[in-house]
Amino acid sequence: MQYLPNILFLLLLIAGIGYFTKNIRKVIRNIKIGQEIGEVDQKGKRWSNVLRIALGQSKMVVRPVSGLMHIIVYVGFVIINIEVLEIIIDGLFGTHRIFAVIGPAYDYLIASFEVLALLVLVAVAVFWIRRNIQRLKRFMSPEMKGWPQNDGNIILYFEVVLMLLFLTMNAADHSLQDMGAAHYSEAGMFPVSNHLLPLFSGLTEGTLVMIERIAWWMHIIGILVFLNYLYFSKHLHILLAFPNVYFGKLTPKGQLKNLESVTNEVKLMMDPSADPYAAPPEGAETPAKFGASDVMDLSRTQLLNAYTCTECGRCTSECPANQTGKKLSPRKIMMDTRDRLQEVGKNLDANKGEFKPDGKQLLDDYISREELWACTTCNACVEACPVSIDPLSIIMDMRQFLVMEQSAAPSELNVTMTNIENNAAPWPFNQMDRANWINEN
Amino acid sequence: MSEQINVPTMAQFMAQGKQPEVLFWVGCAGSFDDRAKKITKAFAKLLNNAGVEFAVLGTEEGCTGDPAKRAGNEFLFQMQAMMNIQVLNGYEIKKIVTTCPHCFNTLKNEYPQLGGSYEVMHHTQFLKSLLNEGKLKVEGGKFKGKRITFHDPCYLGRANNEYEAPRELLGKLEVELVEMKRCKSRGLCCGAGGAQMFKEPEPGDKDINIERTEEALETQPKIIAAGCPFCNTMMTDGVKNKEKEDEIEVMDVAEMIANAADL
Repeated sequence: MQYLPNILFLLLLIAGIGYFTKNIRKVIRNIKIGQEIGEVDQKGKRWSNVLRIALGQSKMVVRPVSGLMHIIVYVGFVIINIEVLEIIIDGLFGTHRIFAVIGPAYDYLIASFEVLALLVLVAVAVFWIRRNIQRLKRFMSPEMKGWPQNDGNIILYFEVVLMLLFLTMNAADHSLQDMGAAHYSEAGMFPVSNHLLPLFSGLTEGTLVMIERIAWWMHIIGILVFLNYLYFSKHLHILLAFPNVYFGKLTPKGQLKNLESVTNEVKLMMDPSADPYAAPPEGAETPAKFGASDVMDLSRTQLLNAYTCTECGRCTSECPANQTGKKLSPRKIMMDTRDRLQEVGKNLDANKGEFKPDGKQLLDDYISREELWACTTCNACVEACPVSIDPLSIIMDMRQFLVMEQSAAPSELNVTMTNIENNAAPWPFNQMDRANWINEN
Repeated sequence: MSEQINVPTMAQFMAQGKQPEVLFWVGCAGSFDDRAKKITKAFAKLLNNAGVEFAVLGTEEGCTGDPAKRAGNEFLFQMQAMMNIQVLNGYEIKKIVTTCPHCFNTLKNEYPQLGGSYEVMHHTQFLKSLLNEGKLKVEGGKFKGKRITFHDPCYLGRANNEYEAPRELLGKLEVELVEMKRCKSRGLCCGAGGAQMFKEPEPGDKDINIERTEEALETQPKIIAAGCPFCNTMMTDGVKNKEKEDEIEVMDVAEMIANAADL
């Protein structure tokens, strides 16, 4: 009986981490539905981006208020995880505040957790106000209606509950220490939960132990629930931001990739000695589909992008098309890609890992043509993303599908393209008149 | 602006067995659009004046393929690119300057993989280098002290991280540069990129160029400076829409410099 709590704790931990691992493996499998990205170059540059952009939050502070608040929550999250480590060791081995062995440094450690916890509460309150009272435009877009909006708030409530449990636990512990209760040896410094002490005055040792234990258990259970909530929410960025920044685009933003399959065809077309009647060699691969109409046509990086997006909407609020009332929202492009990918993933689960055509695709069923054609390729969304997501690349791939597979460009663009094809300019001017400007007045 | 300009073609250079310092890539807008042609000429005059040996491809130049690529037509883009690369490589071109940020981006970033590697500069970068070498003199003249705002072309700014060259040139013109709220890396697009120039915008509340023009007007400029023929068109249309064309000019940085020097 003596070891019951330890066993219970172990089971809880295994269940919590086990279920999370199962879902993360699903995320990885789903990302691998995408096209391979080939060899990853410039590893040094990529690591430095991870340090600067992901770890260092360099792009978050472009918007100072949300940037600063985010850094508080982020630092709080990372630092308070040391506390979680202690809780896990205590839980498994039946110890209490095991890290107290490090001596006075422990006091400062706990004190810093407490200060951070308070700051996190403040930051979360600011975030909540921005979403629900101020109702900032970027949180009110059509794609945020319903679940995405609730999701954002649920995460904030989680943080509040976790921080309050942490402070309650400390306050109860502190009271017990002052009482000289068994097992509660003096450890820690409690600059914040100090102020909760009056709430506990007059309580018996038994009640205090119960409060402390409940808060302790609820705190770790809360963390495990939160961990498992990630998969079902927009919040995976706390993990995926790092690999996503690593795999982010390093070439100039204006540089779009050239399709190799097209290069081969164009070379053949321009080769005067090519045999026009040549049959494709035996065993030649069928030509690749041009562009993307569904998630499996996108690259793994693009799918990782979709899982990483935390729907902050900085992209959408910088998008010129969105700001002038067009349907296009780069955030929606990412959300749609993730939703469709999740749908395909569920399809795989239901059909023993084989994708059974479901008559749906990313194009039209999720992302409309109107959205795709509204993009000016200005890269404002790419620049704005704090975690190096590239919504533009998905838009471009889908336009390629529309034009090269379906010849479904807007008619004015067809005229433009015909002009380019016939007279090497987007307007119907003769190429032979190209130098006329020199002698005009 | 009536003085005759000297614009040799690559074919002429070739016939003399000579190679120019730099190829001036004029671009479709620069060749055919009446407004953009003025920018082309202004830049050519600046090159003449600075004694730069340059050439154009003339009738051998063709669309870089930028609008085709961004409209999703990779085939057409690569056809254009391959044809241009054949011509450029045939002339053994090493260095290109262009007044169009779209051509600049495509030539600089998307041609190398297809076999066309050149040193490519936007005209504001090139003018800046002429300035640094002492070949070009930029003086305020009639622009001195004038209130001017600069509209960052997406394909020069965000796409290729060049924000300073045009501003440095404007600084030399001794203008009073007033930045718009959204400038540099957060600059708002004029609405023409991604082949939007050639189609009607999707339904919305407002046209992008109007939004951008309103923002420019907030700075109460005498001139809206630009560095792209398409931005120039969009902003000019915006100014007309706001019925401010009598008070506010939209000018390319090169035009301003040429103008200040009375070229």
